[in-house]
Amino acid sequence: MTFLSVSNVHHTYFSKEATTQALQDITLSIDKGEFVSFIGPSGCGKTTLLSIIAGLFEPTSGSVQIENQDVFGNTDLSIGYMLQQDYLFPWKTIEENITLGLKLFKNDKKNYENVASKLLQDVGLPPVERKYPRELSGGMRQRVALARTLAVNPKILLLDEPFSALDYQSKLKLEDLVAQTLKEYGKTAVLVTHDLGEAIAMSDRIFLFSPRPGRLHQTFEVPEELKVLTPFEARAHSSYSSLFQLIWKELESLE
Amino acid sequence: MNDKKLHEQFLQSLRTEKRWVRFYQLIILIAFFGLWELSSRLRWIDPLIFSSPYKVVNLLVDNISDGTILVHISYTLFETVLGFILGTLLGTILAAILWWSPFLSKVLDPYLVILNSMPKVALGPILIVAMGPGMGSIITMGAIISVIISTIVIYNSFRNVDANYLKVLQTFNATRSQMFKEAILPASFSTIISTLKVNVGLSWVGVIVGEFLVSSKGLGYLIIYGFQVFNFNLVLMSLLIIAVFATIMYQLVELLERKLIKSE
Repeated sequence: MTFLSVSNVHHTYFSKEATTQALQDITLSIDKGEFVSFIGPSGCGKTTLLSIIAGLFEPTSGSVQIENQDVFGNTDLSIGYMLQQDYLFPWKTIEENITLGLKLFKNDKKNYENVASKLLQDVGLPPVERKYPRELSGGMRQRVALARTLAVNPKILLLDEPFSALDYQSKLKLEDLVAQTLKEYGKTAVLVTHDLGEAIAMSDRIFLFSPRPGRLHQTFEVPEELKVLTPFEARAHSSYSSLFQLIWKELESLE
Repeated sequence: MNDKKLHEQFLQSLRTEKRWVRFYQLIILIAFFGLWELSSRLRWIDPLIFSSPYKVVNLLVDNISDGTILVHISYTLFETVLGFILGTLLGTILAAILWWSPFLSKVLDPYLVILNSMPKVALGPILIVAMGPGMGSIITMGAIISVIISTIVIYNSFRNVDANYLKVLQTFNATRSQMFKEAILPASFSTIISTLKVNVGLSWVGVIVGEFLVSSKGLGYLIIYGFQVFNFNLVLMSLLIIAVFATIMYQLVELLERKLIKSE
């Protein structure tokens, strides 16, 4: 069953000096509960596509639909978006940060204390509701950002290189946490990454894009035996390295 | 144990340094007033023009005991505080409007530059004719002198808020006013405080010049009056009072800053 469908999306950026075609004729579809990754060399438009899926701006042509509803300008649709950095608001407590989306959506001043403490548990954090972001480490802050994203119960999670600013150890731990949490919540997710290993370890399917203009080059299905493993375990599996080699060669051929 | 001792020593050295700083600050103060008094008595400077601390303090005590000076102080202080608050508040509001409409901000850009580079006190005579020679026009002077520069500085700070914060809010379907309230304004608090600090000084300029031009009360009036009747004791006394109150206002703004930054 198709959950998210991207049909014939073209996108061109205009500036005074030039027009740049970022995306050309992208068509793809993602099933409910599926975890997919967008990878490709820089300039392949993967982040542009993610922003379009998030409804942050409208593509030059083509359409993006979630459960047959257009995403752009649709205020009923809740989408979770995680960025490279946590972008927690430094003047808000952890609790206020987590419940920010709820407050904006529902627009009332109900107390969401229980929501925050439950989510903190879910993302493996001690009760730090009353603390401020600067009192937490980078890894913990990114966990809070995940909690903030999950708080609004989004239909789909869009992850824009959310692990790339972390140290390696936090990154591996957080990959496991995100994969496990999304599975528990049954969320559909799209991950943009430049880390091929991360894409293989976390995803069910991988979309490889080619640059200038961004086009969908090839789709890889991750073998069943890797899908059932946690990202950390998957990295140690033998199928992991063969898939890595396969996609690596394709990536090389693009440059 | 040893660490504790070293720490003690470190604190001791900090205290000693602070004491020396205070000591030299005091020396400068005493030297300034002492030298002033001395050179006035020995006629190195003309006592008619430069007065002397003794005469100024005498005059101040007289004026306090008959209560006249308090009226002048409260007038000027009221005008300055109001002008200062109005200037900053209007500046923030104008900056918010410019942020709200990027088109409007493009249209108004050259006019802001012109208004900013123009000496605002030159508007004084027009203001007084238009608004009448009362407190209203003096408060307006105090406000108008700081409003444009506040607008420009605060608007710049609004624009420089990291766009990714807005992206986060946008994914939560936030409206533009919610974005302003949740991200733009709180992110710019520290800039607004530092414009407050600049505006303290500016508002005093505006109000004093306003009083020069028109008033019959206030410290600016006393300065002009003292100048006209060639009573420089009065001029210098007013100046000292202004220095004291301007410093107090500045300190209060710093206190506010510390409070706000602590809570952040």
